[in-house]
Amino acid sequence: MKLISAFVFGVVFALGLGLAGMTQPAKVIGFLDFTGRWNPTLAFVMGGAVLVGLSAFPRILKRRAAVLGDAFALPVRTHIDAQLLNGAVLFGVGWGLSGYCPGPAVVSLVTGATPVLVFVAFMLVGLQLGGRFLRAGDRSSAA
Amino acid sequence: MDTTDIVKALVGGALIGGAASGLLLFNGRIAGTSNIVAGILSVRSGDVAWRLSFVLGLLAGGAVLVVEAPSAISTVHPRPLPVLAGAGVLVGMGTRISNGCTSGHGVCGLARRSVRSLAATLTFMGTGAVTVYIVNHVLRWSAG
Repeated sequence: MKLISAFVFGVVFALGLGLAGMTQPAKVIGFLDFTGRWNPTLAFVMGGAVLVGLSAFPRILKRRAAVLGDAFALPVRTHIDAQLLNGAVLFGVGWGLSGYCPGPAVVSLVTGATPVLVFVAFMLVGLQLGGRFLRAGDRSSAA
Repeated sequence: MDTTDIVKALVGGALIGGAASGLLLFNGRIAGTSNIVAGILSVRSGDVAWRLSFVLGLLAGGAVLVVEAPSAISTVHPRPLPVLAGAGVLVGMGTRISNGCTSGHGVCGLARRSVRSLAATLTFMGTGAVTVYIVNHVLRWSAG
């Protein structure tokens, strides 16, 4: 049941990304191009998503547990540190270069098109490198 | 930009927010794509099954789009492959190091009123915009 639920919300998530235009990198690059031919449409995507989330999340989190029985697994970190900001800087540069963030890139894999296959293959490499970096940081702070 | 585009963007956004809310309500999990994918890659994380299901759902949703609205997913790209490869590494590393991407920090984090996620979101949107400015208006790469 939990797996079916995760699958269904994955489908809805992907349909939302597609309808919103997030799976068209040229459009995303146009959204980030504030000084050129700026296309502000995608601001409504995040606006719509955050509005729904802002009204739903607090109500959901009043529950003791999720509907299917699991405890809520929420991020524990709350502080803003160099690691957070450095990572966000790198992500933003990659996002601006490609117009792809991870969700739309994964959804676009089904086309089998070379650009997205290359992007996702190297994104997986980057995720692993980032994981190594984090573990190295853990070791040095523990020492 | 016309009204149809804005309506599509709002409805698409609402679906994204609805899916994130649904995953939280039913599974108790945050719909952050980079963390979900990273969790599948690292053997030690456990908890792999729901992550795989969510990713399979993303792919199934993509397949529906390909059949029903083929123009919704681009198959061509304005940037050359080596740039996409470099960008992929940056996106992977960056989201792993900062624990989230547009969905984890940008949607779920802001919905939780997390100041940490707000800082991350403003930062990656800022460097994204600066990058596009440099590429389009300083380097003036064709297309884009």
